[in-house]
Amino acid sequence: MADAGAVRATLSLKTRVALAVTAVLVLGGALVLVAALAYGRQAAREAYDRLLLGAAADIATAITVRDGTALVDMPVSAFELLSLARDDRVRYRVVAPDGTTLTGDPTAPLPEAIGRDESVFFDGEFGAEPARYVALTRRFAERSFSGPVRVIVGHTLLARRELAHDIAQNALVVLGAAGAIMALFAWLAVSQALRPLPRIGAALASREPTDLTPLSLSAPREVAGMLVSLNAFMARLERQSVATGNLIADAAHQLRTPVAAIRAQAQLAADEVDPGRREMIVARIHDRASGLGRLLDQLLSRAMIVHRADSQPATPLDLRDVAVDVVEACDDLALGIGTEVELVLPDSPVVTRGDAMSLAEAGKNLLSNALRHGQPPVRIGVTGGDRPGLWVSDGGAGAPAEVTAARGTRFVRAGRNGGSGIGLAIAREVAEGHGGALRMQHDGARYTVSLELPGRAT
Amino acid sequence: MRRFLALIAALLPAAAEASEVTATFGPDNATRTATIRSTTDLAAFGPVIEAFLTTRPDTRIIYEQWGSNDLYRVTAKDCAEGDAAADLVISSAVHHMVALVNEGCGANHSSAATATLASQMKWRDQLWGITREPAVMVYNRDLLAPHEVPRSRFDLLDLLRPSDSRFAGRIATYDIEDSGLGFLLAFSDSLEATTFGGLMEAFGRTGAIATCCSAEIIDAVASGEYLVAYNVLGSYALQRARGDDRLGVVAPGDYTLILARAAMIPAAAPSNGMAHVFLDYLLSPDGRAELEAQDLIVRLGEESGAPVEVSGTVEALERPIGLHPPLLVAMDADKREIFTQRWRDAFPH
Repeated sequence: MADAGAVRATLSLKTRVALAVTAVLVLGGALVLVAALAYGRQAAREAYDRLLLGAAADIATAITVRDGTALVDMPVSAFELLSLARDDRVRYRVVAPDGTTLTGDPTAPLPEAIGRDESVFFDGEFGAEPARYVALTRRFAERSFSGPVRVIVGHTLLARRELAHDIAQNALVVLGAAGAIMALFAWLAVSQALRPLPRIGAALASREPTDLTPLSLSAPREVAGMLVSLNAFMARLERQSVATGNLIADAAHQLRTPVAAIRAQAQLAADEVDPGRREMIVARIHDRASGLGRLLDQLLSRAMIVHRADSQPATPLDLRDVAVDVVEACDDLALGIGTEVELVLPDSPVVTRGDAMSLAEAGKNLLSNALRHGQPPVRIGVTGGDRPGLWVSDGGAGAPAEVTAARGTRFVRAGRNGGSGIGLAIAREVAEGHGGALRMQHDGARYTVSLELPGRAT
Repeated sequence: MRRFLALIAALLPAAAEASEVTATFGPDNATRTATIRSTTDLAAFGPVIEAFLTTRPDTRIIYEQWGSNDLYRVTAKDCAEGDAAADLVISSAVHHMVALVNEGCGANHSSAATATLASQMKWRDQLWGITREPAVMVYNRDLLAPHEVPRSRFDLLDLLRPSDSRFAGRIATYDIEDSGLGFLLAFSDSLEATTFGGLMEAFGRTGAIATCCSAEIIDAVASGEYLVAYNVLGSYALQRARGDDRLGVVAPGDYTLILARAAMIPAAAPSNGMAHVFLDYLLSPDGRAELEAQDLIVRLGEESGAPVEVSGTVEALERPIGLHPPLLVAMDADKREIFTQRWRDAFPH
């Protein structure tokens, strides 16, 4: 287990979400505020510009031509319209085609550019205050009077500002309420979402130290992924722990008898006075000791295989290479026994995924079993197709029934020099570790053990 | 505690802007002084100032009485020069005052007292209507039989209709070219109803008199020279009618214009606060009671024995002249030209 001191608790998820939501609300709020202010100003400007235009149109309609001059019968309605901007000061001016002021305030500003448009809005001043003006052109074509007469109407900006302020303020109130509601919902959602985490923590904390069974809890998808990984991790831990236990038990079980036998022989040799007999006992001790060495090799290789099954990733490999490796590794043994090994390989590569070293180890055990306990001719080969496999056959009767019945599980030991049971067990574990199976059959003439692997789909 | 220190009758003929009358109230060694320029008669406004000073022994008030057109010109000139010779300006020609405030000549003031004003009786927190004076008709009780008394403008038209009407040439009103107030009332009439057109026509046809000044018109009605005076400000009419049984006062039953004299604090006025205090006093219950005692606030009542004869429902006939930008139309050069031309057509000199 990880050292508790190595776990640093960083900012809580709730705080992070709260910070993120706050950031979104503040940024969004600022954006909406700017937009609301702009919109309010725009809306107020449009509303009051229309007011100005209405008043100017009213005045323009009241212009009459009498005796060659334009006369303005100033309509009260225009000023009643302007009074809708209650506290704003108003200003107007009517300018003749020659630029003289017919009536109104001669200091009222004119628009900078005289466009073709009937009406032009422009900003100006009214005394010290900023003001908004409209210039409306009415064209006369009388015999005695012709040309454009311009009506300029303006007012200060108090009502516009007030309206813009009202609009923005209302928008802000709505925004604030929406923000509060969003924050509340975010908080509820996060609280709800994080609830499984303490539950998982509690479930783990309350376990027995040796309990490595999977956790069975319902959790949201994101957390469920973590739970699955956690369960897989515990399963691996469990397998390794069981394998380690098995190794120790096997070692104890398998080594006790040969070591006791060697000790007994050594005792015999010490007590023997006849040199000829002692010579024989020493040779027997030597046999036993090398058998014990092989047994140790097998135990260790099996431990390694169990370990590799969980730790080594499967890589693409050609089974023919494995078979060649196996034959090379057993060269010495074959020479020592004096049996030839025939290699039966297809022409095309037999590609599968797996751990080459484990497969070779399984092959070596099968081949050495055949060499030691079988009858020549001994063959090793590879089959391709949907179920690629590595097989070893010999002309003997095959493994004793009790070995076959035990299907290559542990604790089976055939023969005085031992090991064939373990060899089968190793081969079986490698086959199962690769998702395949170990198959033993006798067709009357030959005994074949084949390690079959699943197709190369994976 | 009346201390009438100086009374200068400055009736300078053809002079430039100058006050008609100046009076000073309060002690010489007063620590605070305020100057008020007003169109209101000193006789009517003096007692109000005295009542204000009763509880303020450290204050001196200089009161200048002006003609409305002169007061407008001098105040506008002061404003344009960024100067102010007065702390408070009060005028019955409220269109002048609206124009001055529209030009930005007024200073802001808002208080509990100004908050009590109806919205059309104030503008921008710079202009306040301080009085309540109906425009009335004054008639001679001795020379008019009760059934002849005009209760409305329609009655007046009916009196003038017969070709041999004895009212021909014996009806008087303000000359709008001389009097800012006269122009304002005539202009407001023209906005109110078409009756005014008929009235102008009848006045012109029968040779009605357009002349100057409330006092002269009312005197002439009392003496029998005129039988009826049209559009006389109720405050002057009532003050005279109370002391003269020959005079009757009628609020026209079709509609009655209600004028509120407008007060403004010039923006450039030295801000010692006296103008604000005095203004708040005028709008306070005490100040209003004083103004009412001087007939500057007149409540039209339907009960018999009321000083002003009313026929009809008071609420329905009152037409307050709002202190709002539409009054600027009365200041428009072309509009004045057109309006004065119509007037001259009716009253050829």
